[in-house]
Amino acid sequence: MVEDRTISGRIFSAVNFTLLAIIALVTVLPFVHVVAGSFTTSAELAANKFVLIPKVWSLEAYKFIFSTNTIFRALGVSIGVTLVGTVFSMFITALMAYGLSRRDLDGRRVFNFLVVFTMLFHGGMIPTFLVVKELGLIDSYSALILPSAISAFNMIILKNFFQNIPEGLEESAKIDGCNDFGILFKIVLPLSLPSIATISLFYAVTYWNTYMSAILYLDDSAKWPIQVLLRQIVVLASGMDHSATLDGTVPPPDQTIKMAVIVVATLPILMVYPFLQKHFAKGAMLGSMKG
Amino acid sequence: MQEVTARPRTAPEPKPKRYKSSSELKKRLWRNKLLYVMLIPGVLYFIIFKYLPMYGLIISFQDYKPYQGITGSEWVGMKHFSRLFTEPDFLNILGNTLILFGMNILIYFPIPIILALMLNELRGTFFKRFFQTLVYVPHFMSWVIVVSISFVMVTMDGGIINELLAYFGFSKINFLLSPGWFRPMYIIQVIWREAGWGTIIYLASIAAIDPGLYEASRMDGAGRLRQVWHITLPAIRGVIITLFILKIGSVLDLGFEHVYLLLNSMNREVAEIIDTYVYTAGLRQGQFSYSTAIGFFKSIVGLIMVMTVNKVSKKIGEEGVY
Repeated sequence: MVEDRTISGRIFSAVNFTLLAIIALVTVLPFVHVVAGSFTTSAELAANKFVLIPKVWSLEAYKFIFSTNTIFRALGVSIGVTLVGTVFSMFITALMAYGLSRRDLDGRRVFNFLVVFTMLFHGGMIPTFLVVKELGLIDSYSALILPSAISAFNMIILKNFFQNIPEGLEESAKIDGCNDFGILFKIVLPLSLPSIATISLFYAVTYWNTYMSAILYLDDSAKWPIQVLLRQIVVLASGMDHSATLDGTVPPPDQTIKMAVIVVATLPILMVYPFLQKHFAKGAMLGSMKG
Repeated sequence: MQEVTARPRTAPEPKPKRYKSSSELKKRLWRNKLLYVMLIPGVLYFIIFKYLPMYGLIISFQDYKPYQGITGSEWVGMKHFSRLFTEPDFLNILGNTLILFGMNILIYFPIPIILALMLNELRGTFFKRFFQTLVYVPHFMSWVIVVSISFVMVTMDGGIINELLAYFGFSKINFLLSPGWFRPMYIIQVIWREAGWGTIIYLASIAAIDPGLYEASRMDGAGRLRQVWHITLPAIRGVIITLFILKIGSVLDLGFEHVYLLLNSMNREVAEIIDTYVYTAGLRQGQFSYSTAIGFFKSIVGLIMVMTVNKVSKKIGEEGVY
């Protein structure tokens, strides 16, 4: 857009910039506060509340939370479920999306309708729970993956992206003797990297943030992913339901410890974000706009 | 169908072909057999985890006993549904759900639009990208993390918000346990986590606006605010309406996690919503049939809402969702 050099235009820009800067600060400050708080001692945090940069640096809280293997185990579960789940979801989502993207597939309208319909109407929590239970998935890690293996929304985004790849490319590959699997893996997927990166990030975030499936389907606390453990440590210990899990005799953990667990549960996904971020805005738009 | 073309497949769908004979169809099916193989895992997923639960909805017409299963349980007709509308508990949670939904529509919904307009007016791509990156981030944090961050900030023992209140001479507030603070906390968390992410779709449709329109309006002497009002906003009207429809369709579907995490014995009166109630009544208290009926009710209301609003939007000349 052309630069607007009038006085009112400049005032407009300045006000707009200031407001956005404030919004950006409000967005990040809570997290900065938590990160800073996790890197100081609990005495320091109690004495000097307003830390954004700690005066006294300390790994006290991290040493404490990693002194038992509870956190390690929960992190391991989360990392494992995220890796396996993302690859699995991506694989079957891409297969289905590619199949449905091909115009010459008879019945694609029916399949499409059946997928879209699940976005409008669903059986709900209890019937889904009963299916998972009947399949014998209770207390297994697959219960965190299988029931949400395909997101209809992600599948449709990917399908729309595949549909924009010129048909000629595939036709010529076919003439060269490629079968449909070959076309998908050698031609379509390499051309769709931005979309693949985007959808992978969406899946990875969902798996990393898995909470509801865990409390629905896992009774065994040794299998808890990090999100459930985080809730135990922060939410339930914040003077809320004393009846729940933590009994009143154990004092609630220090603020610094809660903050350190929050950081540990957030950091992995924030580390992936910058690498995929440049793709996802583009990828998500391409898909969703054509919806 | 055999011609080699470079035309993208988003071109208008051709009319479904009439086949001269079933053998021609069979030939086509056979030629695409690998595509059907590709569909198998996905179709199995949708059948098992989406359509089987829909079949499972019939337990809301039964007194379902886990050991007798769907085939062995006793049929009770509409008993559980009539209970819904006579139980004061249910009417209360319906009210709570509708209030939170209303807050989502009235308070949250306009914010991403305003934010997108502001971001779009930002000069300099560096800052634009920088601010965008920052405001997207919270969307990637789980509700557990969002709720946890606010808990350590508002807790009575050493939370920064309460310390600030005390510092400025106010009395501390027990945000977590007071029913009056549940709704404000809920909507603030929704805004913090989702507002930035919500701008993506608006920014994308703003990017598609013809720059010539702005040029012309500037010739006519329109200032920045006037351009926003007369060009940008009308241009994204369709997207706003579409997203509004989707939002309306999810009227009773606020999401389980967020509210469940904020829920406690002190704020239950205002915080219990349909989703959390289904969980408590169904899985905690074992009232499978009753809570399935609640879920059924919720899904049907959602479906009716989407279809109705979609129809209305087509009537007033906008594109529908489907």
